[in-house]
Amino acid sequence: MFPILSVIVFTPLVAGLLLFLIPGERHSEIRATALAAAAFTLLLSLLVYFGYDQGAAGYQFTEKYDWLPALGVSYYVGVDGINAPLVLLTGLVMFTGVLISWGIDDRPREFFAFLFILATGVLGVFVALDLFMLFFFYEIAVFPMYLLIAIWGWKQTREYAAMKLTLYLFIGSVIALVGALGMYFTSGLGTFDMIALEAADFPLEFQSWAFPVVFLGFAVLGGIFPFHNWSPDGHVAAPTAVSMFHAGVLMKLGAFAALRVGMMLLPEGAQMWMPVIIVFAMINVVYGAFIAMVQTDFKYVIGYSSVSHMGLVMLGLATLSRNGFIGAGVQMFSHGVMTALFFAAVGMVYDRAHTRDINKLGGMVRYMPLVAVAFIIGGLVSMGMPGLSGFVAEFPIFMGLWTASTSPINTNWPYAGWVAPLMAVLAALSIVITASYILRVIRKVFFGPIPAEFEGHIGPITALDKIALVVLAAVLVLLGVFPRLMVPLVETGVDNVIRLFGGA
Amino acid sequence: MTMILALLPEILLVVLTGFVLVFDLVWRDPAAKRNLGWLTAGGAFLILAVSWLAARPGTAPLEVWGGMLRHDWLAFTFKSIGLVGLGVTALLSMDAPGLGKKGEYYLLLLTSTIGICLMGASADMIMLFLAIETTSIPLYVLAGFMKTDDRSTEAGFKYLLFGAMTSSVMAYGFSLLFGFTGTTDLYELAQGLASGELTEVGIVFSAMLVLVGFAFKISMVPFHFWAPDVYEGAPTPVAGFLSTASKAAGFAVLIRFALAAFPAEPGLGGLDPIITILLAGACVATMTLGNTIALAQNNIKRLLAYSSIAHAGYVLLGVVAADVFGIASAVFYLLAYLLTNLAAFGVVMIVGRAVGSDEISAYAGLSRRSSGLALVMLVAFLSLAGVPPLAGFIGKIWVFAAVVNQGMYVLAFIGVLNAIIGVYYYLIVLKFVYLYRSDDEDKPIRITRPDALALGLLTFGIILVGTIFAPWWGIADAAAAAIFG
Amino acid sequence: MDFIHDNILTLVLFSPAAVALVLLFLPAEEKGLLRWTAFTGSLVPLALTLVLWFGFDASAEGFQFEIQALWYDAIGSSYHLGVDGISLAMVLLTTLLVPLAILASYSIDDKIKAYMILFLLLETGMLGVFLSLDLLIFFVFYEIGLVPMYFLINLWGSEKGERKLWGGMTVPARTYASFKFMVYTMGASLGLLLAIQMIGAVTGTFDLIELYEVWQTSDASLEVFGLGAATVRSIAFWAFVVAFALKVPVWPFHTWLPDAHTEAPTAGSMILAGVLLKLGAYGFIRLVIPLYPAESQTFAYALAFLATMAIVFGAFAAYGQRDFKRLVAYSSVNHMGFVVLGIAAAALAQGTEHATIAMNGAVLQMFNHGLSAAGMFFLVGVIYDRTHTRDLEAYGGLFALVPVYGGILIFTSMASLGLPGLNGFVSEFLVVRGAWPVLTGFTALSMLGLLFTGAYILKGIKSTLHGPLNTHWVGHLTEINKRELFVIAPLMVLMLWLGIWPAWLLSVINGAVSALFG
Repeated sequence: MFPILSVIVFTPLVAGLLLFLIPGERHSEIRATALAAAAFTLLLSLLVYFGYDQGAAGYQFTEKYDWLPALGVSYYVGVDGINAPLVLLTGLVMFTGVLISWGIDDRPREFFAFLFILATGVLGVFVALDLFMLFFFYEIAVFPMYLLIAIWGWKQTREYAAMKLTLYLFIGSVIALVGALGMYFTSGLGTFDMIALEAADFPLEFQSWAFPVVFLGFAVLGGIFPFHNWSPDGHVAAPTAVSMFHAGVLMKLGAFAALRVGMMLLPEGAQMWMPVIIVFAMINVVYGAFIAMVQTDFKYVIGYSSVSHMGLVMLGLATLSRNGFIGAGVQMFSHGVMTALFFAAVGMVYDRAHTRDINKLGGMVRYMPLVAVAFIIGGLVSMGMPGLSGFVAEFPIFMGLWTASTSPINTNWPYAGWVAPLMAVLAALSIVITASYILRVIRKVFFGPIPAEFEGHIGPITALDKIALVVLAAVLVLLGVFPRLMVPLVETGVDNVIRLFGGA
Repeated sequence: MTMILALLPEILLVVLTGFVLVFDLVWRDPAAKRNLGWLTAGGAFLILAVSWLAARPGTAPLEVWGGMLRHDWLAFTFKSIGLVGLGVTALLSMDAPGLGKKGEYYLLLLTSTIGICLMGASADMIMLFLAIETTSIPLYVLAGFMKTDDRSTEAGFKYLLFGAMTSSVMAYGFSLLFGFTGTTDLYELAQGLASGELTEVGIVFSAMLVLVGFAFKISMVPFHFWAPDVYEGAPTPVAGFLSTASKAAGFAVLIRFALAAFPAEPGLGGLDPIITILLAGACVATMTLGNTIALAQNNIKRLLAYSSIAHAGYVLLGVVAADVFGIASAVFYLLAYLLTNLAAFGVVMIVGRAVGSDEISAYAGLSRRSSGLALVMLVAFLSLAGVPPLAGFIGKIWVFAAVVNQGMYVLAFIGVLNAIIGVYYYLIVLKFVYLYRSDDEDKPIRITRPDALALGLLTFGIILVGTIFAPWWGIADAAAAAIFG
Repeated sequence: MDFIHDNILTLVLFSPAAVALVLLFLPAEEKGLLRWTAFTGSLVPLALTLVLWFGFDASAEGFQFEIQALWYDAIGSSYHLGVDGISLAMVLLTTLLVPLAILASYSIDDKIKAYMILFLLLETGMLGVFLSLDLLIFFVFYEIGLVPMYFLINLWGSEKGERKLWGGMTVPARTYASFKFMVYTMGASLGLLLAIQMIGAVTGTFDLIELYEVWQTSDASLEVFGLGAATVRSIAFWAFVVAFALKVPVWPFHTWLPDAHTEAPTAGSMILAGVLLKLGAYGFIRLVIPLYPAESQTFAYALAFLATMAIVFGAFAAYGQRDFKRLVAYSSVNHMGFVVLGIAAAALAQGTEHATIAMNGAVLQMFNHGLSAAGMFFLVGVIYDRTHTRDLEAYGGLFALVPVYGGILIFTSMASLGLPGLNGFVSEFLVVRGAWPVLTGFTALSMLGLLFTGAYILKGIKSTLHGPLNTHWVGHLTEINKRELFVIAPLMVLMLWLGIWPAWLLSVINGAVSALFG
């Protein structure tokens, strides 16, 4: 059988290495190679996404090779309903990211190479079914970020932001690592195979401390309150494509790993800690939105909105209910595409206006109508406007909150009956707050009078930019109108999670 | 015959030493003497290859010279580490001013390597002492090799004083142990100590005295003070050798001595609880102190010195775990660390030679002056920081796993937090390399052929160990198993 | 033909969106082409609605032309459409008003492509609300309609005027109005959203037909917040009520409306008053009363109180305006009050003849107000286009200058006033007739309000058409043109027709109303 997942994972890496064979000053060849690799990855990820057999469910396209058999480490990959959309998401973001990075002139070879190494890391985590492998790729995904931000980022804050981001993520991951090693030894199975570990049935006493360690360690990358601080700073300092990757894919990595390693392997710990997590997640949602409301830097607005929306993912996971999981699964994809679109649009505005202060911008719709439309679609998604993907994702999350108390897998929680619905009511506030800040940004940046200094200076966006925007916006609309394109797939994955929690 | 097999690397090294001596006399021209480096390096790798082909140990240890030396996987692994260290150091030294064209430099290096090989194999206190001195004395000289350079002289002298003092303390410990038990054989010590006639205080006291000697070699806190000054003053290739091969040999004797002489229960493996606590404390102090002080350094060699202290702490994690897994992880770590740190010192040497400074600020714009050198630096430093897919990452994972396995979660958490501090200062250096600009960007840095070969090999090795780690783990595991029989 | 018949609701619903899609690919500079494509395109849903109308069996019970397809089955929601008499009337109103509104927007010149696309998307949004038989789909369309409306006001609203915000910042008035419209509506629908989520979560379905059955009896699983099922249901009831009351709007949730109307472009106001406000009333009829029969009976007096307040205060406020458009806007508050009064009466008197009569009146009033409010806003727009002012005191004696326009204005105003023989009279009479026996006091009060309706309408006519001629306008003011006549004529015909012979519409409505409350 064709090892499609391995090819997906290693295509970016191989392409990144191939780039080094091209002389650094031949920019157009470098870009073409990068685009070809990205398109190929996207194509394969589409094949995996649509080739997944929902009837059969379970892990598919699996490949397993011994890596360190003495310790039970293997190279083991496969997709299920939860990570298949994320693989597709990575393909999408990578493809569009290359398109909108066409204009990078400072060492593009190194830029694309690091970006692709990052992509390999991300894809490796998403498809990993081996705990060791997951960490291996997780760390690979974190570090190129440092260089990408520090070298190609916004001059004023890039060093600070890059270092902050790296340290935060590294702290999170190594702490999770200790928990994961604890799992390896406590299980007594002598394997890192996560499917085997799912059946390990860890003692409650172990789960009770290992769960928060593992979950929070990963959730740092998911931007969970109060460890979210690195994220907006990183977004702002990063170059456009990297912001897209960062918010679009990397933050999902945290949420995904928190689910895959934290919740799926330590279900009883999850049941014990969820009352705490749910409160943190709610604060994430509301607090992120509030902070976004008072920002004047275009990119900080989006950065904090990401914090808020990732909070919804955590909130969905924290409901420990079928609907909540489904919503979280879809939200990961939806937010990824949405935020990639946002950052692409912000980048295009910034590249032309050279300012991100929303009070100084204005009237951009005249010069770049498509960017305005794309941004508005993204904005509507982030408000959870029905008919777009954000609604499809958020609605089940809230439904999950309402039923958290009756969810069959949600035990050990005496006050679920009123705490979870209360969280729903509080988190719903964020919808109005989001609407207000998104509308404010749209109005100030894209409409209204054009400041005199921009008259005649702002050029149109390129055809490649347009392709990127249209692709991303189309995905958001399609998913919103036809939830069936993704939801049944996610459901198959969620059923597996529910099974691990001892539900039917 | 068994004796020849068991001592094959040492014997061949002596032969190689002879060749170097002869050719040093034959080649009068300084330019030709540079070829002694090729000879030494080639010889070292040849010996490595021959030993692996002809003299691999079996599962049962082979005792020679009445049990004074043991030919087992532990010894063999550390001999291999020593040989790799020798080969790479010789290559890197060839174009180092004041070193590469001097026959006596290579001779001292070779002698020291013979000592290192013997250290790994010693199973007897007397042999051990001799081996350690064989290793150390040439190194004292090497550290002070640049006679005209005050800092080098100071480094050599400081190293000598420190080494002599700790050696004598260690020798005192040896004599006490001999007095207690009447034997010098490490493997019989445990029996003697467990006979019940001795107070625990006496045993621990003498153990501590012995450990001082080893602590010096591995630059364990609080016997680390020499390291930054010596690394800074000594010629850079020598510093690289000190921090890798010589340190690894120190760990070899520490592992063998501690586990053979002070088991939790004789014959059952493990480590005496009091010694464990002592080592664990030293381990925490070593990691934390090394990392925190490294944060404040402006000189890259001092930074690497403190980082090297910190890394000794990580290796100690594996030793503290004191089971097969723990020792294997420590050995694996040393293997990874050997390649990584040699590469780091290699780059430092080349850059230092080109820009005439070891300040971190001198690294500004390096990626534009030599993208290849910058890439090696990136690989080496990220490996030190513990980033996949590089050797350092795998090493770190397994030493942390080793303490987790023993339920010492606190140690694991301290370890990982230390690793984060490490990330910070390694990245600071890389920031200079990749981010900052300098006025000399248009002056490319020349890399000579032996340097390129050495760095290429090391980089390849770092990535290889970081991705296909099963065979290397196999070696480390065999070495660990050899201790526990 | 079978295909059209089987999928007629889907076709009606999405044909405006399809036209919008076509517009997307037309060049932005071809303004004439864009306008005529939009107009002729908007006739398609009208034609389909007529097909629907004549295929509709008024005597049959229940929903007709039902369509059900998978949509979001993970959470139990499906694409379920269907019409009964009430929704059919509303669909007809919508598809009728949209072409007229598009025709009325020919005077718009800026970004016409985007304007037309948004307008057609708005139509799909509104139709979706009237057609859906799935709670979630209902909400989807209910919210979707906000977006085009926001942009219509924000981008094509009146360019004059500023508003001072707290903090001393000044923003253009249309920005303020559109923002207020959007955030008010979204804020109010938060409760609705949460309640819908809860309903879905508790019952596992969003299908309205099923929910009518199960929601009232789903006590066991309804103990959220540790409160009893009855309390929870009451809270959910109020969440629904607030959302729809704001949309209607009922006093005291009406403050967004005058702002939005004043700033919206003419066609936007037409649709806003003509159709969007009906969404709120329709929500009461389709969701609140059937889902919460008991609660709505319990709280009917409260609702009636709000309705009466809307009638009285709406009239007073309208009388106090100097801005012609604001006057008309407050008249909407006043008129929609009657709709809510009818609904309150029907809720209170469920099962009796009074309920049927009041509800018939309410639905008819919705239709009628749609016609007359659209007409009034259009006429205000006509005069504004020529004078560029809406200040009533700047007009005066214009009848002499524009007699045709004057006649039309008087006719439409009379319809709005409720002059017997015109449509407004029939529906208000029915509402009052139904409400009087059960809500005597409130009805009496609202009759007082009716008196003031006369007052402000007459004030409006007087200030514009009569009195001393403001000579400023001589020579500047041109007569209403053909296109504009073409817009208003169908409305006038319908007003007259419904005033004289309302049975053709009432019979359709009555079937559904009796099925609901009979």
